[in-house]
Amino acid sequence: MSCMRRFCHETQSHDSLHSCMCRRSVALLLLKMSEERDPAALSGSAQTEGEEDLFVSAMESPEAARLSAEDISPSSNGPRDDDPDDPDDLFAEATEEVSLDSPERQPILSDGPSPAITPVTISPRVDVFDRSPDLDEDEEENRDTFDIQISVSDPEKVGDGMNAYMVYKVMTKTSLSIFSRDEVCVKRRFSDFLGLHSKLASKYMHMGYIVPPAPEKSIVGMTKVKVGKEDLSSVEFVEKRRSALERYLLRTVKHPALLKDPDVLQFLESSELPRAVSTQALSGAGILRMVNKAADAVNKMTIKMNESDAWFEEKQQQFENLDVQLRKLHASVESLVCHRKELSVNTASFAKSAAMLGNSEDHTALSRALSQLAEVEEKIDQLHQDQSYADFYLISELLGDYVRLITAVKGVFDQRMKAWAKWQDAQVMLQRKREAEAKLQYASKPDKLQQATDEIREEIEEWEGKVQQGERDFEQISKNIRREVGRFEKDRVKDFRVVIIKYLESLVHTQQQLIKYWEAFLPEAKAIA
Amino acid sequence: NMTSISEDSDKEKMRSVSVDLNNDASLVIDIPDALCERDKVKFTVHTKTTLSSFQKPEFSVPRQHEDFIWLHDTIVETEEYAGFIIPPAPPKPDFEGPREKMHKLGEGESSMTKEEYAKMKQELEAEYLAVFKKTVQVHEVFLQRLSSHPMFRKDRNFQIFLEYDQDLSVRRKNAKEMFGGFFKNMVKSADEVLISGVKEVDEFFEQEKNFLLDYSIKIKDATAKAEKMTRSHKNVADDYNHISGALNNTAADNNTAFKKHLEKCAEVFEKLRKVEDRMASDQELKLTELLRYYTRDIQAAKDLLYRRARALADYENSNKALDKARLKGKDVAQAEENQKQCLQKFDKLSESGKKELTSFKARRVVAFRKNLIEMTELEIKHAKNSVSLLQGSIEILKSN
Repeated sequence: MSCMRRFCHETQSHDSLHSCMCRRSVALLLLKMSEERDPAALSGSAQTEGEEDLFVSAMESPEAARLSAEDISPSSNGPRDDDPDDPDDLFAEATEEVSLDSPERQPILSDGPSPAITPVTISPRVDVFDRSPDLDEDEEENRDTFDIQISVSDPEKVGDGMNAYMVYKVMTKTSLSIFSRDEVCVKRRFSDFLGLHSKLASKYMHMGYIVPPAPEKSIVGMTKVKVGKEDLSSVEFVEKRRSALERYLLRTVKHPALLKDPDVLQFLESSELPRAVSTQALSGAGILRMVNKAADAVNKMTIKMNESDAWFEEKQQQFENLDVQLRKLHASVESLVCHRKELSVNTASFAKSAAMLGNSEDHTALSRALSQLAEVEEKIDQLHQDQSYADFYLISELLGDYVRLITAVKGVFDQRMKAWAKWQDAQVMLQRKREAEAKLQYASKPDKLQQATDEIREEIEEWEGKVQQGERDFEQISKNIRREVGRFEKDRVKDFRVVIIKYLESLVHTQQQLIKYWEAFLPEAKAIA
Repeated sequence: NMTSISEDSDKEKMRSVSVDLNNDASLVIDIPDALCERDKVKFTVHTKTTLSSFQKPEFSVPRQHEDFIWLHDTIVETEEYAGFIIPPAPPKPDFEGPREKMHKLGEGESSMTKEEYAKMKQELEAEYLAVFKKTVQVHEVFLQRLSSHPMFRKDRNFQIFLEYDQDLSVRRKNAKEMFGGFFKNMVKSADEVLISGVKEVDEFFEQEKNFLLDYSIKIKDATAKAEKMTRSHKNVADDYNHISGALNNTAADNNTAFKKHLEKCAEVFEKLRKVEDRMASDQELKLTELLRYYTRDIQAAKDLLYRRARALADYENSNKALDKARLKGKDVAQAEENQKQCLQKFDKLSESGKKELTSFKARRVVAFRKNLIEMTELEIKHAKNSVSLLQGSIEILKSN
C-alpha cells in the first residue's frame, strides 16, 4: 500500500490520481497473495485425492486434442514440444469429452477456427502427453515456484465513436518453462479476455473445474468511454475494468491446469489473437448462450438426483449459504465505499467554507488558525478519498469477485448433475434395448430375425459402452469437484486472511496520518491569542 | 419515553461554547435535570444566589422551551437594552433526526439479525441522548449569558423566570403576538438593507458592519457544511456496524479456524464503529455546535447594529423635521426636543454598542480557541485509540 500513498501525495488533481493509483499496488498485492502460499501446507493434501486416477482414462481416448488450430502450426509454441516431462496429462483429459456424436455436447462458443468443431486433428503434441504418476508433486512444485507476474496496464483508446474500444497492455514476467520467454508484452482488448474465458469454460467446466469468471460487461460504462467522455466516471470505469482484468488473469493462472492451457499461453504470449466476436452481447452466439442458460435452468429443475454422497449435498448447501452471506457483506462494503466518498466530498466542502470563514475573520490570530484548519481538513478529505479506494479495491472488488466465483462453483455442481443424468439416461436406453431384444424373440418374422438380432446386439453393446462411460465420467467429475472445492476453500481462506490484514493496515495508515495532521494543527489552535 | 440527565462532568465539557459564564458567585444558574416526555422537554432551572432581590438563596423551577422564548422576546422588546447584544434564544429541541431513524429501524427490523438490531437500537438511543444533552446545554448557556451580564441579571422578567414557582404560560405570547414576531423577522431583512445603506461616520462601526455582514454569511455556510460532514462520518460508523454483522453471519457457517478469524474481524469492525462514532460526536459538539452557536450570536450582534442604524435614521429624520419646523416657524421646540432625544438615544446605543461588540469579539475568540483545542485533542486521542486497536488486532490475526 505504500506506493499508493506516494502516488496520492504526488498527484494534485483527482483525475490523474486514477491512472496510476491502484494499478501497481493492487497488482503487487494480488501477487503477494499468490506468493504467500505456504508450500508446506500443500504437501499432504494432494496425495489423498487420488489424482492418479484422473488420467487413467485419458490415454485410452484417441480423440481430438482440444487445441486451437494455431497451436497445430509448427511456428508457435515451440518449447512445449521439446519438453517431455511436462505433465500435460491435464490436456489429455481435456480431449476426452469431445465425443462428436454426444447428444448433450454443448455448442462451443469460442470463435475462429473453433477447436471442438474441428474434426479429429491430432496434434503431434498428443504423444507428448505422457502419463505422469507424479502429477501431485509437480503441481505442488508449481505452486512452490509459482513465479509468474502478470500486469494489465496502459489502457489506450483505439478508434472513434461507437466502434472505439480500449486496448490494454498485458505483461507477463515468469521463469516457468512452459513460457517461451521470460518477459512478454501483448496488447489485448476486453473481448479477448471474454473469448479466453469462453474457451476455458467450454473445455473445463463440464469436467468439474472451477473456471474463474471473466469481468462483467458494461454497456453503459463502455459507451461513455467510446463517446469520448473524459470525465472522472469514465476514468474510474477504465481503472476498475483494468484492475478486474488483472485479477482475472492472476486467478486463472493460479489454477494449475489452466496455467498450462494452450489458450491461456497463447493469450499471454501471442502478438496476434483472432477476434472473439461471439462474445458480443447481442451476437448470434450471445443469444445462443442465453438460450442455453435457460435450457440449463429448466434441466436443473427437472433433474432429481439421487444423492448417494453426503459430501456433495453438504457442500452445495454450504455454497448456497456462502453465496447469501457474501452478497450481504459485499452490499455493506459497497455502502461503506459510497459513504466514505461522501465524507471526502463533504470534508472538502467544509474545508473551503472554513477557508472563507478564516478570510472573513477580522481577528488576526483566529483568522490564521481557521485557515490552518481549512488546510488540515483539505488534507483529511484526500485521506478519506484514498481510504475509499482501499475500501473498494481491497475489499469490495474482492468480494464481488468471490460472489461471481461462487456462481462458477455452483455451476460445476450442476455439471455433475448433468453427468449423472446422462449416465442415468444411458442406463434407461440400455434397458430399453435389452427389453427390445427380449421381445424380438416373439415379434419378427424368422427370416428377418437374425438381422434384427444382430442390430439389437450392436445397439446393446453401444449402450453398454455408454453406460460405462457415463459412470466413469460421473466418478471423474465427482473426484475433480472434490479437489477443486478443496483448492477453492483453501484459496478463499488465504485470500480473505491476507486482504483483511492489508485492509486493516490501510486503516492504520489513515489514522496515523490523521494523528500527524491534527498534532501539527494543535499548536496553531493554541497560538490563538 | 422519559429520559433524565444529571451528569456534571459531561456538562462541564459542553459549556465551552461561551466561556465567561458562571464566574460570579452572587448568581449561579444551571440546569441539573431535564425530563423528556414525548415532544415536551421539561428543564429544571436551578438558582443559587446571594442577591437580596430574590426571596430565597436557592431554588428550582420547572420550565419549558416556550418559557425561554418568552423571556428572550421580552428582553429584545425592552427599549433599555437596545444597546446590548441580546443572547440568542435557544433553538427548539429537535428530536426529529433520531426519531426518524428509530422509525426506519423498526421497519427494517426483520431484515437484520438480533445482534445488529440491538446494536443499532443502542446507537440510536445514544444519539437521542446526545441531542437531549445538547438542547439542555444550549438552554443553560442562554440563562448563564443573562446572569453574567450586568444589566440583564437585574431584569425583572428574568427574575420572574427564575423564581416564579407557577406555570408561566399566562405570561407567554398568545397567537397574535407570535404572529407579530413573524413580521419582525421579515422587517429584519429590510433592516439589513438599511444598515448596508447607512453612511457611517464612525470608523469602528463601519468596520464592524462590513465584518458582521460578511461573517454571518460565511459562518452560516460553515455550519451547514460541518453538519453534512458530521452526518457522513456517522454513516461510515453505521456501515462498520453492518459489516461487523455480516462478518458474524459468515462466521456462523465456517470451519473452526477461519470462523475464529472472521469473528475477530467482526469484533474489530464493531470497535472501530464505536471509535468512529465518538470521533463524529466530538467533532459535532466542538466544531458544529460552536459554529451553530456563533451563527446565532453573530445575528444578535447584527441586530444591535440594526437598532443603532434605525436610531441613526431616526436622528437624521429628526434633523430634517427640525429644519422643516424652523422653516415653517411652527412646533420648533417640540422638534428640538425630539432631535435631542434621538441624538441621546443614538449616542447611548453607540457607546454601549461599542463596548458590547468589543467584548463579543474577545468572547468569540476565546471560545473558538478553547473548542478548537479540545476538538483537536479529542481527534488525536480517538485516532490513537484506533491505531492501537487496529495494530493489536492485526497482531492477533497474523498469529492465528
